[in-house]
Amino acid sequence: MGKPMTEQTQTPETQSSPSSDVGKSDIIRVEGMHKWYGDFHVLQDLNLTVRHGERIVICGPSGSGKSTFIRCINRLEEHQQGKIIVDDVELTDDVRQIDSVRREVGMVFQHFNLFPHLTVLENCCLSPIWVRKTPRKEAEATAMEYLERVKIPDQANKFPGQLSGGQQQRVAIARALCMKPKIMLFDEPTSALDPEMIKEVLDVMIELAGSGMTMLCVTHEMGFAKTVADRVIFMDGGEIVEEAPPHDFFTNPQEPRTQKFLKQILQH
Amino acid sequence: MAESTMKAPKRRIGPVRWARENLFSSWHNTILTLLVGYLIVTSVGPLLNWVLLDANFQGSDASDCTGAGACWLFINQRLNFFIYGFYPEELQWRVDIMFGLLALSFAPQFIERFPGRKWLGLFGLTGLPIVGYFLVPGGVFGLEEVQSSKWGGLMLTLILAYIGIIASLPIGTLLALGRRSEMPIIRGLCVVFIEVWRAVPLITVLFMASVMLPLFLPEGMNFEKLARALIGITLWQSAYMAEVIRGGLQAIPRGQYEAASALGLGYWKKMGLIILPQALKLVIPGIVNTFISLFKDTTLVLIIGLFDILGTVQSTVTDPAWQNVAVEGYVFVAFCFWVFCFGISRYSQNLERKLDTGHRT
Repeated sequence: MGKPMTEQTQTPETQSSPSSDVGKSDIIRVEGMHKWYGDFHVLQDLNLTVRHGERIVICGPSGSGKSTFIRCINRLEEHQQGKIIVDDVELTDDVRQIDSVRREVGMVFQHFNLFPHLTVLENCCLSPIWVRKTPRKEAEATAMEYLERVKIPDQANKFPGQLSGGQQQRVAIARALCMKPKIMLFDEPTSALDPEMIKEVLDVMIELAGSGMTMLCVTHEMGFAKTVADRVIFMDGGEIVEEAPPHDFFTNPQEPRTQKFLKQILQH
Repeated sequence: MAESTMKAPKRRIGPVRWARENLFSSWHNTILTLLVGYLIVTSVGPLLNWVLLDANFQGSDASDCTGAGACWLFINQRLNFFIYGFYPEELQWRVDIMFGLLALSFAPQFIERFPGRKWLGLFGLTGLPIVGYFLVPGGVFGLEEVQSSKWGGLMLTLILAYIGIIASLPIGTLLALGRRSEMPIIRGLCVVFIEVWRAVPLITVLFMASVMLPLFLPEGMNFEKLARALIGITLWQSAYMAEVIRGGLQAIPRGQYEAASALGLGYWKKMGLIILPQALKLVIPGIVNTFISLFKDTTLVLIIGLFDILGTVQSTVTDPAWQNVAVEGYVFVAFCFWVFCFGISRYSQNLERKLDTGHRT
């Protein structure tokens, strides 16, 4: 994470990453994963491998299970069958393993979910101090660094309720980054924002992508997918329907369901 | 919000216009205003006469109450009994220290800038009961022992209410968390505990504690009556507290739990740092309501023979040496309760304002 910001439109091939394990191993492996809500089969036989530093955009119509899928990766949702291995740790019922995965996986939610009783700075420092046992001074310095990166260091001592939606979401991104995660999950990060605030959040995400972070994004921002993603995954009815690099995905979709979806969202 | 923008127009209303808008806006409103005005005028005068102007403050016994008003001197005469019960007079300094410490811990809570305010409050919640545990009954450190059967009056009322309040909050919190636990055994136990205790009137609890509990306990193992009453009150109050706090827990959006989990916080850190601070803040009015009602319910210990402030006043009122002072006695008790309950209520409003950090998620 300490690397200098690089060009945002970089592809992983051209990226000169000092991290030695890039390309060597996979950071996320999902194998034959199924999930049910009661009798409802929400996720059906999902398989996905994500390499270090890869940026993946997941899209699909609402109710296709994309949010549920991404929430399985840090076990906010439980899967019933198949395997999910994150950073060499398999997600099972073992609470210790779940916690160790969650320490390495940051998450940004649609509704920000900042802690309203804590200031912005306290929001950012909480987990480093209590989970990573970082000394307070150090945690605050790191937090300020990330708040600067998301361009709101001047709001550090305000409460979340005093910020705009876009600012809150940027704080949420900074809060997740303060744990120095290896993977960032974004669950529709711009869906609850007013149009004029979407760009400020996307800019932060694009910058983050440029720094070599492994990212999984559920989003409807197709422009973001085109600029940043290494792969776009299309889900429908709880299945992965199509998986392709963004250029192929948008210009030459193979599956009829994908074609229909793209036609609907790109009409305007 | 910028300085240059226009100010909102100020609405200024004279007293005449205010009266016309609020008191005499229609004919039936006018009738009501006149009626209420008449009642106030006719009742305030006699009340004032009774309470102050014609009242008797000086003297030593009932024969000195010659005026037509209230006979307050009986309260002066018996004040020691009302405050300490039968606690030996030469040892009352011990109780006075406790009163002093209680005031020292909580009075500064009303003053925002008082130095060390938080630490004093913390002492009040933790250190104070420990000091009291040794100082009031004595029997240790060379202090002469005073049987709990001799305690009484305001002192006893405060002990019952105070212990009940500060013990029921943590126990109630644990019960509330337990009732929302995902572990079926813990949840089941908490549900049973809460539903059983909450469905029983306090009088029954006190009777059980004082009369029936000794029958079940093995020979030789016996608590004092006061301790049994305290345990009963605390458990009963905890069940109520648990339900109030559960209401707060349920009002916290799921996203807060998820965000805390996603940051790697375990169960206790998640609850202690994220969920409970918000939930408790949300239910301050409910918690304080429960506190106040407990404070007043402590008067029920009268029926198991403990002399709280109401008990001491009542026994004086029925004393042949003092006749016709019942009204004064009960007004005095009501006033004492009102002072404490109003204090609790003001403090809670203070706290709510201070903890308000704007919009919730």
